[in-house]
Amino acid sequence: MSAHQHPHEEQDFLFKYVFSQDHKMISKQFLITGFIMGFIGLSMSTLFRLQLGFPGESFWIIDFLLGSWAENGVMLPDKYLALVTMHGTIMVFFLLTAGLSGTFSNLLIPLQIGARDMASGFLNMLSYWFFFVSSVIMLISLGVEGGAASAGWTIYPPLSALPQAIPGSGLGMTLWLVAMAIFIASSLLGSLNYIVTILNLRTKGMTMTRLPLTIWSFLITAIVGVISFPVLLAAALLLVFDRSFGTSFYLSDIYIGGQVLEHSGGSPILFEHLFWFLGHPEVYIVLLPALGITSEIVSTMSRKPIFGYRAMITSMLAIGFLSAIVWGHHMFVTGMNPFLGAVFTFTTLLIAIPSAVKVFNYITTLWKGNIKFSPAMLFSIGLVSTFISGGLTGLILGDSALDINVHDTYFVVGHFHIVMGLSGIFGMIAGVYHWFPKIFGRMLNNNLGNAHFWITIVSSYGIFFPMHFLGLAGVPRRYYTNSEFPLFENLLDINTLITWFAILAFAGQLIFFFNFVYSALRGPKAPQNPWKGNSLEWTTGVKHIHGNWPGEIPTVHRWPYDYSKLNENGDYVTGEDFIPQIVPLGEGELDGGGH
Amino acid sequence: MIALVAIVAVLLVIATAVQILKIAELRATESGKEIYEISAKQSKAQAFLLMVFLVAYFGFFAWQVWKWGGLMLPVSASEHGVGVDELMNITLWFIIPVFIITHIFLFWFSYKYSFSETRKALFFSHSNKLEMFWTIIPSVALTVLILVGLSNWNKIMTPISSETEHVLLEVCGQQFMWGARYAGKDGKLGRASVEYIEGVNALGIDVSDENSKDDKIVKGEFHLPVGVPVQFVFRSQDVLHSAYMPHFRAQMNCVPGLKTQFNFTPTITTAEMKEKTQNENFEYILLCNKICGAAHYNMQMNIVVESKEDYEKWLAEQKEFGAE
Repeated sequence: MSAHQHPHEEQDFLFKYVFSQDHKMISKQFLITGFIMGFIGLSMSTLFRLQLGFPGESFWIIDFLLGSWAENGVMLPDKYLALVTMHGTIMVFFLLTAGLSGTFSNLLIPLQIGARDMASGFLNMLSYWFFFVSSVIMLISLGVEGGAASAGWTIYPPLSALPQAIPGSGLGMTLWLVAMAIFIASSLLGSLNYIVTILNLRTKGMTMTRLPLTIWSFLITAIVGVISFPVLLAAALLLVFDRSFGTSFYLSDIYIGGQVLEHSGGSPILFEHLFWFLGHPEVYIVLLPALGITSEIVSTMSRKPIFGYRAMITSMLAIGFLSAIVWGHHMFVTGMNPFLGAVFTFTTLLIAIPSAVKVFNYITTLWKGNIKFSPAMLFSIGLVSTFISGGLTGLILGDSALDINVHDTYFVVGHFHIVMGLSGIFGMIAGVYHWFPKIFGRMLNNNLGNAHFWITIVSSYGIFFPMHFLGLAGVPRRYYTNSEFPLFENLLDINTLITWFAILAFAGQLIFFFNFVYSALRGPKAPQNPWKGNSLEWTTGVKHIHGNWPGEIPTVHRWPYDYSKLNENGDYVTGEDFIPQIVPLGEGELDGGGH
Repeated sequence: MIALVAIVAVLLVIATAVQILKIAELRATESGKEIYEISAKQSKAQAFLLMVFLVAYFGFFAWQVWKWGGLMLPVSASEHGVGVDELMNITLWFIIPVFIITHIFLFWFSYKYSFSETRKALFFSHSNKLEMFWTIIPSVALTVLILVGLSNWNKIMTPISSETEHVLLEVCGQQFMWGARYAGKDGKLGRASVEYIEGVNALGIDVSDENSKDDKIVKGEFHLPVGVPVQFVFRSQDVLHSAYMPHFRAQMNCVPGLKTQFNFTPTITTAEMKEKTQNENFEYILLCNKICGAAHYNMQMNIVVESKEDYEKWLAEQKEFGAE
């Protein structure tokens, strides 16, 4: 509003690009900030892969980039842990939570439900700026004395509580906690907005069972986030108290640095419970939007309705519900009551059922389709593959008896990178390829996109599949090097191979970043509906305007999956193989695929 | 200087790439199409690559099993571990076929139904029968896995009754080493707390406790008798550690302020395992498996499993705590 009151050019710029309350601009801000953070997280992993693949060898790039974190081109052991910690934190929260949900919930919710904007543009703007400030603080923490937080992304106390235990638990950890507290505020503001918008601002005719699956996935994600993120905030605040104000929520009976600490009566297990009460739902906060995005893409590009629309929604609801009662499977060997372990095994393995239903529905959607392989579609197929490959090993880790011996080994690292990391990032990238014309009004280059897909899927399986074997050989995660154990000496080849694939994966992402920047600035102009989609976002103009639709908000008459619908004569009902949601139902025509 | 050359080189690569893209776009427009349109031919090419990928993916899987299968942990050296390995095999026999079959369907359908100008996709939105079918099948399979898994878990987690003959052994973690203490003749561990840590009393044992007198503290390695159950008690005196003994399929966290437990019965002596693995240098080890600080990657203790006689002989040589 202020932009109109002060017709100065700088202010226009300021309010259009910086303090924007328009959901489309905020979506771009989330996307670009998320990608910058993602690039930093990716680079960190490539650096520590060098140490793991070639332990103790000197690299000029490590010397150049890490400075005092390295000596003679070799990173220091505690700084290796700092890199691992920051990689995890950035990838899980900044890229795959804020980057993914922030971008696509903001872009698609108003456009696909037929709303002029989010319920509260102001809260939406705050949500982005909290995220931005949080990102900046997190990056600043890389440069402080003692280094960044080094206790693993799960920051278990007492390691994270005591600077005597590891240098990164000094100022670096304080900044980590501050950044995360602000991040959680951002996430909650965003989620509340998404929920309220979806429930209240749907256009005429847009019943809940006419919502695209993307919107359902964003809704369930937001609800899961609102329930679980505050618990992490509580956990973080209590940790701040323990660190700075002498309380003993998590600390007891500690002798370190030659003295007995006065903390008494607390338990680190309490922190683990609080952390994983968010930590596990967090997996689905990452995964559900990716599943929603790819459901939409698979249906559109196969020119078929998504198979089992209602089953897809029910599965997501079941996954969302179960995600809140399985956190104990991260704690089978913490010494918690074995009976609890049994309960958590039961609830955990139940998640496999809705997950299996989703996979079968994806595959059936492809059956007898007419599939156009855009890069977005390739990444969606990739997601189904990673969701299967990573999901199945979850049956091993979720089974308490089996978990005993693979807990905290590389088997876990392989599992969660495939099922959460790759699925999340594949879903996000698929979404970027598919909705790029909606975000920037231009098209990405398909050939570069295809190359990006092939390099990414080959290298990511090359990185994470062999990790299962390391885990079955008993290699613990978060080891600076495996060379101290004769038991692991034959495994160096595996680590070297993984590192080469990691370098390849990094190079592949450079192609994507080039394509992204080039196409956003110079790419060919996009048509209004490049993929011939049914949902409402394709009825808006290519050029962004406030309020999204120049005239009336469109009215919705049908579900979004009427692709290749035929009449009795075997012809397309409207002459084309898709029927947008704004087209009224014909006489006797059933909606929702005849549900 | 090198940095400057590198920057110039990168800029040149980017400039070249931009020019190539521009040319490609112009060529597409000349032929009356937009560059972003995807033809049936292009779609088919990607579909073909998906099939190639499927074969390569399975090939990679098989290659890894062939190449690295021998490097995995040897047979379980504990009684309960045999059950764990069986459960692992049952689970693998379930998940590997599912992995293969679903991937074949996923990639085969992608290939077979790649875009064609002439074909129409089938409007097939749901089928209650199919959906019932693939809800029930995984449910049944999971019920089996859950039941077998939980019966194993309950067996493993049952504490040893005090009447059964067993070894009582405390393992204590600290940055970055392990300490071990046997209960001694009385079968009871003396009281211990961080308050008592002083000088040589690194494990913080209460000297005034009668039960402490005959406790035996060992360093570097600890011995276990084959065939006798061992009741482990774990402690930590600073941060979280995790006592991981992969050959015995055993792991339990060490938590400051809390005593945790695990028990197993070793079944294969170190000497026998050397033969089985055909590795003269084979040793059982205890390693730390919970991030605990800078030297987390090197926190180990050897475990020797031997006959009961050898074990008793070795233990008799160890000094009692009260004797120091």
